[in-house]
Amino acid sequence: MKPTNNILRHSASLANKVFIQRDYSEGTTCKFQTKFPIELESRIERTLFEDTVKTLNNFYAEAEKIGGQSYLEGCLACTTAYLIFLCIETRYEKVLKKIANYIQEQNEKIYAPRGLVITDPIERGMRVIEISIYEDRGSCGSSSGSSSVSGSTAR
Amino acid sequence: MSAVMITRKVRKWEKLPGKNTFCCDGRVMMARQKGVFYLTLFLIVGTCALFFAFECPYLAVHLSPTIPVFAALLFLFVLAMLLRTSFSDPGVLPRALPEEASFIEMEIEAANGNVPAGQRPPPRIRNVEINNQIVKLKYCYTCKIFRPPRASHCSICDNCVDRFDHHCPWVGNCVGKRNYRYFYLFTLSLSLLTIYIFTFNIVHVVMRSVDNGFLNTLKETPGTVLEVLVCFFTLWSVVGLTGFHTYLISLNQTTNEDIKGSWSGKNRVQNPYSHKNMIKNCCEVLCGPTYPSVLDRRGLMQLSPVSEFSANDTDASPCSSSTDSSNSSKTLPSTKRAILCLHKPRPPPIRNNPTSDDLKASITDTAHTSPAHSQAEESSAAKTPPLATPETDAEASVAKSH
Repeated sequence: MKPTNNILRHSASLANKVFIQRDYSEGTTCKFQTKFPIELESRIERTLFEDTVKTLNNFYAEAEKIGGQSYLEGCLACTTAYLIFLCIETRYEKVLKKIANYIQEQNEKIYAPRGLVITDPIERGMRVIEISIYEDRGSCGSSSGSSSVSGSTAR
Repeated sequence: MSAVMITRKVRKWEKLPGKNTFCCDGRVMMARQKGVFYLTLFLIVGTCALFFAFECPYLAVHLSPTIPVFAALLFLFVLAMLLRTSFSDPGVLPRALPEEASFIEMEIEAANGNVPAGQRPPPRIRNVEINNQIVKLKYCYTCKIFRPPRASHCSICDNCVDRFDHHCPWVGNCVGKRNYRYFYLFTLSLSLLTIYIFTFNIVHVVMRSVDNGFLNTLKETPGTVLEVLVCFFTLWSVVGLTGFHTYLISLNQTTNEDIKGSWSGKNRVQNPYSHKNMIKNCCEVLCGPTYPSVLDRRGLMQLSPVSEFSANDTDASPCSSSTDSSNSSKTLPSTKRAILCLHKPRPPPIRNNPTSDDLKASITDTAHTSPAHSQAEESSAAKTPPLATPETDAEASVAKSH
């Protein structure tokens, strides 16, 4: 499922993980902090990182927007006793797919070439954006991907 | 020497911690105690069955055929809402994986600085400002996360639930962010159904008594007495509950917050989540977006029961993306981890090699005598994390004093 495993598998091993926390200043809507972590300073440009997080925040804001479309969806679903969700996708689910595609694209174009991998927040309970930092050791250890235990014991 | 790797695929729900039961291969998620839920189902289905059997034939002929039709639609709606509330994920927050847990621990230690020996470390609380109101985020020792605002740990289900309202034994599940609107619609439609059946029972008895006499009517339709009894007692509780939740929704509060008095107004504390407009609050709660489940129940994960090991075996698929306690021990070699995964028949709670602190905590713990209608309880001392215990942390004493 994770194409980034293929990109980083052969020569890299997991060195560290950074967790971007949620920003609750505007309430319980899903938003992540754009503060640039120190661990990434030598790895990636600040603007690229901030752009990624801001775009993700915009996606989530779009998914959770309470307006005409969400009311329509809610009322229509209520009249069918929510059975309609067995057939059609909710707006949130559609946006989540867009987010997954965006993260994959960002990983392939920007982060993997710098030895970083972003994990989709939905796999961490929408609590954090997990960024795995890989070191290019050049040896035969296999990368266990960003969602496994710490790499120091994987060899 | 080569390893014979037989990978076994399991669904992630089989390895989830917490005290939920899963059915239909992970599609259905409920609490462990389901007895009261079966009672609810029996009462609703039984009373409606009696109504359709005894009253509806008479009323359809003598009054209108739309009466049973509307009753049937209402009954189906009530059932759909009940099942939707009971079977769906209320908004469970998955527990932190070991790396995230250690990252948080490091942040806490960095924030605390050097605590002199003999002194308790400060309580694990993070302050965030939401709409000009300071909200305290508490640390959950079981899930090893700082709980998001409005989340709380349900001790019956042993999960942190987002926008936790309460644990309802009548629906056999927690009520949280994802299923609150179904719960509310269930209570609302059940109130309507109860009032409907009660009213038409009375109408039926009156109409029939005019022709046949009161006692004869009761003899001909014995179900009526039972229905009236059930409806009478249900009416008071369910209508009251619906009214209470309507009040909560208009203020955008949860039952948990109401009981704790979080936004009762003392010390100028106000609800930062309320839009200060009843209609907006109702719209947000009832017509807001349908949040997805962040608990991946039906995803596949690989367990690798390895029969023979090669010297350089770096297990291609350990128990990854699972909150098994075997993964939390970083010093175990990968092969031993795989064996531990294989030998675990059930998902274990997060527990590590017991230290003397842990044993002390488990002896002195009295936190899990939760009543049936347990509201947001801290998971304080029962499950001890690897790096800190609530007993040595002042936050537990702060939490217990609430």
